[in-house]
Amino acid sequence: MTKLKRVLCGTMCLAMAGSMLTACGDDSSSSGTNVAEVPQKKEGNEESKNTIKIYVWNQEFQGLFRRYYPEYDAVKSNYDTEKHEKKDTGDDFLKDGKKVVWVVNDNQGNNYQDKLDAALKAQADSEDKVDMFLIEADYALKYVNSGYTKDLSKIGITDTDTAQMYDYTKQVATSEDGTLRAVSWQATPGLFAYRRDIAKDVLGTDDPAEVQAALSDWTKFDEVAAKMNEKGYKMLSGFDDSYRVFSNNVSKPWVDENKKIVVDDALMQWVDQTKNYTDKGYNNKTSLWTDPWAADQGPTGKVFGFFYSTWGINFTLKKNSLETPVDKGGEEKVGNGIYGQYAVCEGPAAYFWGGTWLCCAAGSDNEDTVADIMKKMTCDKDIATQITKDTQDYTNNKEAMDALAASDYASDFLGGQNHIALFASTAPNIKMDKTTAYDQGLNEAFQDAFKDYFNGNATKDEALENFYKAALEKYPTLSK
Amino acid sequence: MASSNKHKSISYAKWGYIFILPFFIVYAAFQLYPMFSTIRDSFYEKITEGLLDLPERFVGLENYSKLFEEGDIFSYFGNTFIIWIIGFIPQIFISLLLAAWFTDIRLKIKAQGFFKVVIYLPNIIMAAAVSMLFFAIFSDIGPINEVYKNITGSDEPYQFFAHIASTRIIIAIINFIMWYGNTTILLMAAIMGVDPALYEAAEIDGASPSQTFWQITIPSIRPILIYVLVTSLIGGVQMYDIPQIITNGTGSPVRSSMTVVMYLNNQISVGKNYGKAGAISVILFIVAAVLSLLVAAFNSKDQIAENRAAKLKKKKMKGAMKI
Repeated sequence: MTKLKRVLCGTMCLAMAGSMLTACGDDSSSSGTNVAEVPQKKEGNEESKNTIKIYVWNQEFQGLFRRYYPEYDAVKSNYDTEKHEKKDTGDDFLKDGKKVVWVVNDNQGNNYQDKLDAALKAQADSEDKVDMFLIEADYALKYVNSGYTKDLSKIGITDTDTAQMYDYTKQVATSEDGTLRAVSWQATPGLFAYRRDIAKDVLGTDDPAEVQAALSDWTKFDEVAAKMNEKGYKMLSGFDDSYRVFSNNVSKPWVDENKKIVVDDALMQWVDQTKNYTDKGYNNKTSLWTDPWAADQGPTGKVFGFFYSTWGINFTLKKNSLETPVDKGGEEKVGNGIYGQYAVCEGPAAYFWGGTWLCCAAGSDNEDTVADIMKKMTCDKDIATQITKDTQDYTNNKEAMDALAASDYASDFLGGQNHIALFASTAPNIKMDKTTAYDQGLNEAFQDAFKDYFNGNATKDEALENFYKAALEKYPTLSK
Repeated sequence: MASSNKHKSISYAKWGYIFILPFFIVYAAFQLYPMFSTIRDSFYEKITEGLLDLPERFVGLENYSKLFEEGDIFSYFGNTFIIWIIGFIPQIFISLLLAAWFTDIRLKIKAQGFFKVVIYLPNIIMAAAVSMLFFAIFSDIGPINEVYKNITGSDEPYQFFAHIASTRIIIAIINFIMWYGNTTILLMAAIMGVDPALYEAAEIDGASPSQTFWQITIPSIRPILIYVLVTSLIGGVQMYDIPQIITNGTGSPVRSSMTVVMYLNNQISVGKNYGKAGAISVILFIVAAVLSLLVAAFNSKDQIAENRAAKLKKKKMKGAMKI
C-alpha cells in the first residue's frame, strides 16, 4: 500500500510539473474571430496538386457533380451517363486527368465538422491539401468568419458570376470583412408538402391555391388539424416538423453579443403548439429523419403534410413516397406508391430550411479547378435549368428559375404542379439575418430537450433546464 | 581461454526485455501518456470550440468544484448504477443456473459445445450493432409494437424510448444478453474446479441437488463470484456504447439514461471542454480504481487462507475451552 501511495504521489507531482512546463510555452493559440486567410507553412506535394480533395457529409453534391460538371471524365471514372450512377467504387477523374477524392463523413453527432475542423487546422502543415468543402446554413458562419475559407474574389469568382444568385445565399456566406466565402447551387424556400388525396377527403379540394388559403396562418392551420383528426388523419408526423417555421421567424438571433443564449418567443410558440398537437393526437410523435417519420411519408402513412424545403422534394419525399424502392426495381412514376399524390404550398408562414454551400479551403493547391467547379455548378444558367428540370431541386439562379416559373414546366411527382413558380415568388423574400455559428447545436438541443415535455416526462421548466444543460455542453463558452 | 570467458557472460535476459519492449512502448504512448495528460487537463480551463482554440488557463480544482456544485454527475452515476443492476440480477441468476446445469454430472446435457457457443455468441457482435438491432425491434413501427398492437387492439404504438423505465430496461436487457454467456463460461470453469470428491461425498450422504448447490458449489466458487460481480461493476461504471446508440447521445428521456461516460463524451462532442472532461475522467478513474482494489483484496489467496486459519483457530480455541 505504501508503495502504491508513493507511485500515486509521484505521478501526481509529475503531472503537475509537466502541466506547468507546457502552460508557459503555449502562446500559439488564438482567440476571437480572425478572417484573414491562414498562412500555409508547407506546399502540397505533387500528388496533392493533381488531386481535388472534397469534404462532404452525404452523396447529394457528389451525384450532381458527376452528372452535371462538364469537365467530369465519365468514361475514365466508369460513370453510367444513362442511369446516372457510378458503376464501381473507384476514384473519379476530371478530363484534364486530375483525380477527385471525396472524404465522406456522416453529419450525425457533429462528426462531419469534427473531421473537417481537424483537417483544416492541419492544413498549413500538411502536404495533402483539402481543396473544397461543403457547409450547411446552420453553421455556415463558423467557417465563413474564419481564416480557413478563401475569399472567392481572389480565385476569380466575380460579382458578375454571382449576380443571378438569390441575395440571402450570398449574405449568409459573406464574412465580417465583406468578402464572399461560399456559394450555393440551391435556394431553399420552405414549403408545406401535403397529400392530395387527404386534402380532397377533408378539405374538398386538392388545388394548391385553395389549400394554401385554408392554411395561410397558424389559427387556420390549427382548425384544419382538428378536421384532420376527426377524419382519422394526422396533421403532422412528429414534434419537430413545424420547428423551422417558427425558428426562422424569431425576432432575435440564438446568441446575443454577450454570448448569452436567447430563447425567442417564437420558439416557445412552437413548444406550446406541439404540446397541444401531441395531447390532442394531431401528430404521430415521430422525430425528424427517423424510420417511423419516413414511413409516414409513404403509402401507408396517414399524415396530411410535411414542412420541407425545396431539396426535401427530390432528396427525401420522392424516395419515401414509393411503394417499391428504386433499388428493389421500383420506378419513379405514378402508380408506384403515392408518387404523384403530393402537392406543395407555402404554408402558414414564410421560412427557409437548409441549403448547402461550397467553400474553397485556404491553402488549396487546385484553386483554379475549384473556381471552375463553383462557376459551373452554381453560376451557370444552363446547368441550373437542367438540374431543376431533372431533379426538381430549386437552383440558385434567378434568371433560370423565373424562366422555368413562367414556362409550362410541371412536376410528375407533384401531380403536375409547377412548384418552381411558387418558389420563384417566395425565394427573393428569404432573410437570413438572424443566423449564428451556434444554430445547429442549439436547434438540435432545443428539439431534443422538449421531446420530454411533449411525451409528458418533464415539465416545461425542466425541459428548458435540460436544454440549457445540453446547450452548454455543446458550447461551453456560451452562458445561460 | 577467451572462449570460456565469453561462454560465461552470455545472457539471454536482454532478449526478454527486447521482446516485451513493444508492449511497453505502445502502453506508454497510448495509455500512460494520455492518462497523465488527462489528469493534467483536469486542472486547466481548456476549450476548443470548432475552429476556435481558446487559450489554456490554470484553474486548479475549479473543474472539480464546479462538477460537484452542479451535482449532475451524481445523478448520472445513479443512472449508470440503476441500469447496471437491472441487467446484472438476471445475468448472475441465469448464468449460475446454466453453469450448474452444464456441469451437473447426472444431467449429462448433450451438444454442450453447441450451447456454449450460442450462449457466448452475442458477446462477439459489436455492442453498437446489437443496439441498432434493438432500436429497430422496439421502434414505434417495429415488430414488438406490431405484436403489442395486435394483443391490445390499440392503434397507438407503445413508445418504448419515450418512457424512462422501458428505455432503461431495454439497455439493461442488451447488457444482459451480451454478457451472460461470458459469466456462464467463467462460472462453469469455477464449478469444474471444485473437488469432485466433495460432490461424491455429498451424494453418498444423500444430499439433494439444491443442497449440493447451496452448500458446496456456492461456497467453493465464492472468490470467482466476487470477481464476476466486481468486474461487471467496473464494466458497468464505464457503460457507454449501448445507451449512447439507443438514445442517440441524448440520454433521453429527461437524461435518465445518461451514463457517466456519456456525460464525459458530451463534454467533447461539439464544443471540446477538455478541462471538465478531464475532471470527470479522473473521478471515474478513482471509482474504477477503488473497485479494482476491492477485487484484488478479495481475490488474494493469502487473505482467504488467513480467514480459514483464523476460523480454525477459533474452533480450536472453542474446543479447548470445552475441555
